[in-house]
Amino acid sequence: MTSLTWPGAALDRGRLLRLLQEYGVYAALVVLFAIAVGLDGSFVEMSNIRVQLFQVAPTLLVALGMALVIGTEGIDLSVGATIALAASVVPLYAGYGLFAALAMALVLGAATGAVGGAMVAFARVQPIVATLSLMIGVRGLAEIVNGNSAKPITESGLLDLGSRSIGGVPEMAWIAGVCALLTGLLVRRTTFGRQLVAIGDNRQASRLSGLPVRRVLITVYVLSGVLAALAGVLIVGHGAEADPANQGLNMELDAITAVVVGGTPLSGGRVRVLGTVAGALFMQLITAVLTQHNVHTSYTQIVEAAIICFAVYASQERGTR
Amino acid sequence: MVQQEPGPGSDAILEVAGVDKSFAGVHALREVDFHLRPAEVHALIGENGAGKSTLIKVMTGVHRPDAGTVRLAGREREFRNPLEAQAAGISTIYQEVNLVPLMSVARNLFLGREPRRFGLVDTRRMNREAAEVLGRFGVRVDVTRPLRTLGLGAQQMVALARAVQVEARVVIMDEPTSSLEPKEVETLFSVIRGLKEQGIAVVYVSHRLDELYAVCDRVTVMRDGRVVHTGEIAGLERLKLVSLMLGREMSAVRDKGSTAFDSDSHELRDGQPALRAVDLTVRHRLHGVSVDVHPGEVVGLGGLLGAGRSETAKAIIGALATEQGSVEVEGRAMHRRSPASSIRAGVVMLPEDRKAEGVIPNLSVRENISLAALPRLSRAGLVSQAKQDEIVTFFMKRLRIKASGPDQKVGDLSGGNQQKVLLARWLCLNPKVLLLDEPTRGIDVGAKAEVQGLVDELARDGLGVLLISSDLEELIEGSDRVVILKDGRVVGHLAGDDVTEDGLLDALATAPESPDLAAAPEPPDPATTPESPDPAERPQPAEPAAQAAPAASTGPQPANPADPAGPAPGEPREHPAKESQS
Amino acid sequence: MTSTALQPAPTPSGAGSDERAARVPVRERVASQVQRHGALAVLVLVVAIASATSSTFPTWNNISSILGSNAFVWVLALGMTFVIITGGIDLSVGSMFALGGVLGAYGSRHGTWLAILLPLAVGAAWGSVQGLLIAKARMAPFIVTLVGLLGLRGLLQALTDEGATTYLVPAHSWFRHLGAGTWTPVLIVAALFALGALLLTRTRFGATLTAMGGNEHAARLMGLPVARAKVLVYLLSGTLAAGAGALGGARLGSGVTTIGVGYELTAIASVVIGGTLLTGGAGSIGGTVSGVLLLAVIHNLIDHYFSQYGSAFTDTVNGGFLAVVVLLQTLLSRTQQLE
Repeated sequence: MTSLTWPGAALDRGRLLRLLQEYGVYAALVVLFAIAVGLDGSFVEMSNIRVQLFQVAPTLLVALGMALVIGTEGIDLSVGATIALAASVVPLYAGYGLFAALAMALVLGAATGAVGGAMVAFARVQPIVATLSLMIGVRGLAEIVNGNSAKPITESGLLDLGSRSIGGVPEMAWIAGVCALLTGLLVRRTTFGRQLVAIGDNRQASRLSGLPVRRVLITVYVLSGVLAALAGVLIVGHGAEADPANQGLNMELDAITAVVVGGTPLSGGRVRVLGTVAGALFMQLITAVLTQHNVHTSYTQIVEAAIICFAVYASQERGTR
Repeated sequence: MVQQEPGPGSDAILEVAGVDKSFAGVHALREVDFHLRPAEVHALIGENGAGKSTLIKVMTGVHRPDAGTVRLAGREREFRNPLEAQAAGISTIYQEVNLVPLMSVARNLFLGREPRRFGLVDTRRMNREAAEVLGRFGVRVDVTRPLRTLGLGAQQMVALARAVQVEARVVIMDEPTSSLEPKEVETLFSVIRGLKEQGIAVVYVSHRLDELYAVCDRVTVMRDGRVVHTGEIAGLERLKLVSLMLGREMSAVRDKGSTAFDSDSHELRDGQPALRAVDLTVRHRLHGVSVDVHPGEVVGLGGLLGAGRSETAKAIIGALATEQGSVEVEGRAMHRRSPASSIRAGVVMLPEDRKAEGVIPNLSVRENISLAALPRLSRAGLVSQAKQDEIVTFFMKRLRIKASGPDQKVGDLSGGNQQKVLLARWLCLNPKVLLLDEPTRGIDVGAKAEVQGLVDELARDGLGVLLISSDLEELIEGSDRVVILKDGRVVGHLAGDDVTEDGLLDALATAPESPDLAAAPEPPDPATTPESPDPAERPQPAEPAAQAAPAASTGPQPANPADPAGPAPGEPREHPAKESQS
Repeated sequence: MTSTALQPAPTPSGAGSDERAARVPVRERVASQVQRHGALAVLVLVVAIASATSSTFPTWNNISSILGSNAFVWVLALGMTFVIITGGIDLSVGSMFALGGVLGAYGSRHGTWLAILLPLAVGAAWGSVQGLLIAKARMAPFIVTLVGLLGLRGLLQALTDEGATTYLVPAHSWFRHLGAGTWTPVLIVAALFALGALLLTRTRFGATLTAMGGNEHAARLMGLPVARAKVLVYLLSGTLAAGAGALGGARLGSGVTTIGVGYELTAIASVVIGGTLLTGGAGSIGGTVSGVLLLAVIHNLIDHYFSQYGSAFTDTVNGGFLAVVVLLQTLLSRTQQLE
């Protein structure tokens, strides 16, 4: 008798877990939003929402790249440093206009990604190690390029990029939204996206199926670098200054958190773009709610840590069973 | 010291009685009894999945039996982990050396029981004792060097020394010779005999029959999780042993088998082979294997576990690095083989390990089928949904893939349907040669018949097929001819009327021992000169040689070129066929 | 053939294995030597050049400032060596260092013993939580310790009212002596490293750590207590980090809340530069000593010559070193796979 009831119970638990993994982040987002509005009606005012969007956009951009990397069973710790690198070159090229500065930053982001990707794909260094060395080194490089102090930015194109709104929504958020859409298309609709996910799920089978494993891996890290550099330019524009020593600090943690909370498993083989968007929004919202209600940042940080721990544990259960 | 015919079980040092073990509902062991006497070398044999490894793991505390008992020296024991079994005197050495390659030889030998002085490891004494112990095993090396700087054979010896050192009463050896050189095998044997003289019992797992006869006293044969035979090895015919392992009685071949293969052979096309692999050599695994596959032909690769069948397939597509050897596809040589380049050339492989090397479990049926064909289904990197759906629907229907829809996760499908999905992945590329490694293993009877029928059909459509199967019936009825491997060498060919179970069993049992091991002078290497008995019919590889080609390369030969007592060779025929079976 | 085989005694096959072993490729041997002693060689080289070209470098003043001010931070690298040798990683040590300092300063107001025991207890407690999550719940070390990095920093902020409260070590406290001067810190740290080396090379626990990093499956089959060792190693790392933080607090005279950011990276870099394989299974405390000294000397030189760039230059050099060493290690393990 007991042996008959047991699998049923296990199944229910498994289904619950799966539901939690699939839709948990959306439900949590809705609940949190409701709580936020319930606590303070002014939360839904456009001005507040705009503030939140300004803050979440760069994190989301970085998280999108991170989601792709994690989809291949990798990790990219160098994104924060890439932001700093992008920030450091913006003042140098701002005089030539927005596009020169942007192009230069993106190229450097791509180069950083290519170095990390090459170490992972060709030298077969573990992703965490390869990108860790970049994380340390590239930020140092950025600070050297920039010099000691933060540099103010006066180029109007850049400033507009960081502050202007279209239809009430910040340009930064539009950019992040478009990138999310493109990433979604990339994952779902393109050869590259399907190959990426297959490689993350079962690398040996993918190799035996003739997929270009190395090329895909390098490209993924390059994309992550480019997105991080784009985020860096936006941050500089929004803050009206380039400060490589502080900009992008801990961004890799925020991005990983958004991806993991969004339900993308660290074990690879799946990229949830919409989940990542929801994850980034959720983390932004929780910080905002706690801060607005005068909860100390220390507790905010502890809450964040607990959420990461829970999210990883929940997403892991599926992998083992 | 040698025991004189002890009563069953009574004085057994290790006794397993009525053990059952299942994993997720699959029975791995059913009511297994196993008696090991002191000072005997007991062979444990069986094909893949027969339950040998599970039985070993039950005896060594890795698994706990669902039912039944394990007794050591008369006392019932329940080992919770390998350490407890080890402490009780059961030591194990595994096929792959399970040591720590970066640590020193001495460290590896003494890990977990280092000699200590004042609570600290006494390094000097450890090194001295390690050198002494290893010396007795014929390994004279600097014991402070990292283990990985030793040859595989010496590493295996270190593992053996470690196993014996713990005052073992029982030593279990799982395929200990698979990475040893012939000379090292001899050392191993002398060590085993030494153990026996000390009264230690040895369980010896190996698929090399020659070794069993050389060193073992008794043998237990397992099949499908049961013990099918236990007895003295002396006086047991090889043929009998092989048929016990495979579960096929001699001369019990039915007129019409139960597989879904059409018993008619396929009409052979003329011209050059679709695939020609020559002299493939992989260290320790393959020694100059050559195979031809013509369009429209199913070539079986026969052999026991560990004969090098899967390795041959992997070496052909470049998934396994070869030391030498070449592969031609339709006469064009393949340089720098890799899975990707082989696929482009039209050679695809269905891997044996579906889970690890085949399916992408979290992707849908649609994505798994179209995975390899993606570049062809897309324009500018964008996958065409229409084209993809067209192909996927076609193959799901054609192969009768049972899934809730193309969006179902492949990981949730049954084994048979997974296999069909993998087959579809390759078929939508229009390959020229299909390498099938155990295509029907672990799938249910219905799906099995479907897959077999499909293979038949594909060959009729002109595909060249290389079929690897441990299911004798499937191999015999599915193949137009069979290349027999043993210890990584081609030891025989069956074609035409010789493609029978009797012929195959006989060839497996009597094939020459690997040349280095055999006391007899080395037989002519059949692998490098497969057509040597009838050189007249050998085609010039370059020229089409329309009439002669099919017969020549398939030329029926005695199963064992060096042994005239092989199955009676049929007359060489232009078109080998199996009409006589029906 | 069979007749010789009947002798249970050795056979000539030993010669064969000797021969084969002697064929270890030169490239690999060089790589292995560079790996093991590279940091030391570079250290000697850098010190020699610096001493020859600079008049301020070889002064006692400078040397004592290199040693005294950094010594406690090096203890993080000691704990990290153990963790990395098992194939894991501990990102929480920087935060733990800071927390240890605050707890030490807080405890010192109630007595020296509390100043020492409180940080150690908290470090051990959180370390074992991390170890349990990694060994029993099988979560990735990197994630678990990342949670530690964030959570401990948060706890630290909470304890100090968001950094508003600074706990001072009472001026008369004996606790201050532990961190004062050059010799006390250096001797304490040297003793810890010596004990660490003993633990790693001369105890069964150390052998278990190395074995599980080299081949966890084999270590399990050999019956080594793998799960227990895993918990213990994170416990050890947490305790060392908290203790080092407390001593750092004793030296500074207060619990500085902003300290320790990025220390985990420096610790990882010095361990790896010291020749410990990031994949686990090989490494030495001596190597880590060379690694930390090398980075400290380079830092000192950069401060001296490129003071306008400050720590940025050091970071770049650290990152570059790390990349080079990791690539070298991969090369080494690649040649090993080919065997």
